[in-house]
Amino acid sequence: MLPRQGSTIAGPMDDLYMFIFWLSVVFFIIIAGQVVWFGMKYRRRGPGEKTPHITHHLNLELAWSIIPLLLCIVLFFWGFDGYMKATVVPGDAMEIQVRAKRWQWEFEYPDGIRALNDLYIPVNKKIRMVMISDDVLHSFWVPEFRVKMDVLPNRYTDVWFESTIPGTYNLTCTEYCGKGHSTMRGSIKVLTPVEYEDFVKEGPPELKNMPLRELGELVYKSRGCESCHSLDGSRRDGPSWKGIFGKTEKFTDGTSAVVDENYIRESLMNPHSKIVATYEAVMPVYKGLLRDREVLGVIEYIKSLK
Amino acid sequence: MADVKTTGAHVHGEAAHHASYLEENKGIMNWLVTYDHKRIGLMYLWSVLLMFLVGGLFALLVRLELLTPGEDLMNAETYNRVFTLHGAIMVFLFIIPAVPASLGNFVLPLMLGAKDVAFPKLNLASYYIYVVGAIMAILSIVLGGVDTGWTFYTPYSTSTAGAVTLMTLSVFVLGFSSIFTGLNFIATIHTLRAPGMSWYNLPLFVWGTYATSVIQVMATPVLGITTVLLVMERVFQVGIFDARLGGDPVLFQHFFWFYSHPAVYIMILPGMAIISELIPTFSKKTIFGYRGIAFSSIAIALVSFLVWAHHMFTSGQSPLTNAIFSFLTFLVAIPSGIKVFNWTATMYRGSISLKTPMLYAMSFLLLFTIGGLTGLFLGTLATDIHLHDTYFVVAHFHYVMMGGTVIAFIGGLFYWWPKMVGRMYSEKGGALSAILVFIGFNATFLPQFIMGSRGMPRRYFTYLDQFQPLHQFSTVGAEILGAGILVAILTLVASLRKKPDAIANPWGGSTLEWEAQSPPVTHNFVGTPVLEHAPYDYRHAKVEG
Repeated sequence: MLPRQGSTIAGPMDDLYMFIFWLSVVFFIIIAGQVVWFGMKYRRRGPGEKTPHITHHLNLELAWSIIPLLLCIVLFFWGFDGYMKATVVPGDAMEIQVRAKRWQWEFEYPDGIRALNDLYIPVNKKIRMVMISDDVLHSFWVPEFRVKMDVLPNRYTDVWFESTIPGTYNLTCTEYCGKGHSTMRGSIKVLTPVEYEDFVKEGPPELKNMPLRELGELVYKSRGCESCHSLDGSRRDGPSWKGIFGKTEKFTDGTSAVVDENYIRESLMNPHSKIVATYEAVMPVYKGLLRDREVLGVIEYIKSLK
Repeated sequence: MADVKTTGAHVHGEAAHHASYLEENKGIMNWLVTYDHKRIGLMYLWSVLLMFLVGGLFALLVRLELLTPGEDLMNAETYNRVFTLHGAIMVFLFIIPAVPASLGNFVLPLMLGAKDVAFPKLNLASYYIYVVGAIMAILSIVLGGVDTGWTFYTPYSTSTAGAVTLMTLSVFVLGFSSIFTGLNFIATIHTLRAPGMSWYNLPLFVWGTYATSVIQVMATPVLGITTVLLVMERVFQVGIFDARLGGDPVLFQHFFWFYSHPAVYIMILPGMAIISELIPTFSKKTIFGYRGIAFSSIAIALVSFLVWAHHMFTSGQSPLTNAIFSFLTFLVAIPSGIKVFNWTATMYRGSISLKTPMLYAMSFLLLFTIGGLTGLFLGTLATDIHLHDTYFVVAHFHYVMMGGTVIAFIGGLFYWWPKMVGRMYSEKGGALSAILVFIGFNATFLPQFIMGSRGMPRRYFTYLDQFQPLHQFSTVGAEILGAGILVAILTLVASLRKKPDAIANPWGGSTLEWEAQSPPVTHNFVGTPVLEHAPYDYRHAKVEG
């Protein structure tokens, strides 16, 4: 009935779920059994049947008020205890920033690396997600971790979890947010400690084997290059990348240079040292945000745009 | 109804048939300006049934779209509008007015032995306000549609395009219709009871309706205020809920649920009230624990005001708030449980007649029990974190609202139909509808509990492949359910083509409405009815059923 248990809190939550389930089954059998049994046993055989005049029975009524009340109190305390364990963040958790917007999840690691929709985390480590929304309400749910928390535009909310089995888990939005609500998915990839170290150094495993040009294209689309640099020669906030490699650019300070590998690298790491004439200095600094291989990828990609 | 005999002596004027409220003053104009609670009740009945069919059609469209993942019948934007309309129409135009304004309007004064409600003109006004609200809601579909969900959560509802303003204003207008009905019933119950009818001699339907009316009068103004604030923000950019304007989106949820949780009891209490009539009549046995049922209705009405934030356990509100509301939520479960035990105890050693209304009442007991028990999963904090905003919640509230209220409404409609129109319907048709509805309903919503537990969020246009078998099962169930509803309506409508054949008390009911002729005269009773014994007292019953 429940998905696999992927975090430390899943086990205790499922125990409570199953307890309520069996409690419900017992009560349902008692009530439904009576309804069906009485319906058959006392079915009217003919007109004029007399029935006993039973108006009430104090002890019976007290019993079916007090026993359910006691059971409910047990459920309340059990549920509250589980809730506190599931929501109070332990002090030693690694923090990841989450920015939800229609209809995607952006993650930022402590070292400034950002990721879109795919989150890589180490197994057996406590992770705290600090979340905020760019637009409407969203909700962060990983069914296999049994955690859920709404994401608000005006206030930070958080969830924490400690995954127990390496693998891939679905992240899904559970607060209605419009057209793309049902496809606002992400995936959480839980890595072994060795894999995670590798990831920190070289990025996600599937990127490691990606050809440089493709990697560059991915960076272009996922890191915001696209919003200022066109591929077709049209003017946006920054120069178009079409045919730019090998071209000589004039700068605002009157100097000029040929666009080569070193120029592109400098434009990413320290963009405001050379601003192409007629443009504003609005390029963000990518130092620390791109891995070496991603920089190479961007260079290869620009080279390919003849 | 061959097995029904009446003794006649007890029933005033049974021998001579007087012109009924349907026969006097015929003509459409006479209906449109009538102050007769029975006619207003019937007009309400046809209106809410029409809305039920429209809302049901939207439900079937939703289920059809979910037959496979991805786009089938409609795109995501259309889907969002369709599920919003299903919810908004079913809640505001069907289920809230359904029992009180249609069956309640018809039956309540008869049960009290009164000639009409306390304020007949207000009653008619309430109907026309309902019509205006309904027209506004339908206009909003034409003028761009609404895609906010019936809950209108901000900031989505203040930023999305479409006719949200018109729809929220329609909810505002409909609120007045609900308040007027509630006020009217409270005044009627206080002032127009027949001689000899003390509070403890009131039929339990009246107690349930009284509790409902109290909530309608006390909670609906908050909905009115909330919708006005929403419109202020949408139209005039006054920052109340929108964070960019300095507001707080979670505040909207508090305001909305402060009405809408008590409103859940506006919906279910009348259903419970009907069941409290059906079970003693068809068991031919006095109700078990009269005071327990009566006071549990009042208890539910009061505690229902103190549980609203259990809709918001994952909204970011404080753990202390969550703990308090979780505890209070468990408290409100107890009176509902008491009622269920009282109803089953009433059947014990009864003389149970499995006529259509009783089949619906027994369906109610099974389905409402499932609805109530699955509420335990959601009231418990730790499990609610996982289940909140999933199909588990969708299934839970459909078990309560549809399996509870709507089933009770249909049962009540079959029960009072002979009184309303003076005709008996086909028992076979009625029984077939009850069985189809029961099977179809469970097939639709049982799989949704499993889907929700496994990770299917609500309000999803498309879904992961793993959920497809359960979604398809659910869709087939919805079609069976739709067929069952259709059979019920056809059975009732078919009876209208017959000659009037219903006697005053076809079921052997023990409350006053069964002493009026079927259908009643315009002023309900020929002469003044006097209460001779408490309701459900079958020791004195002079009517054999």
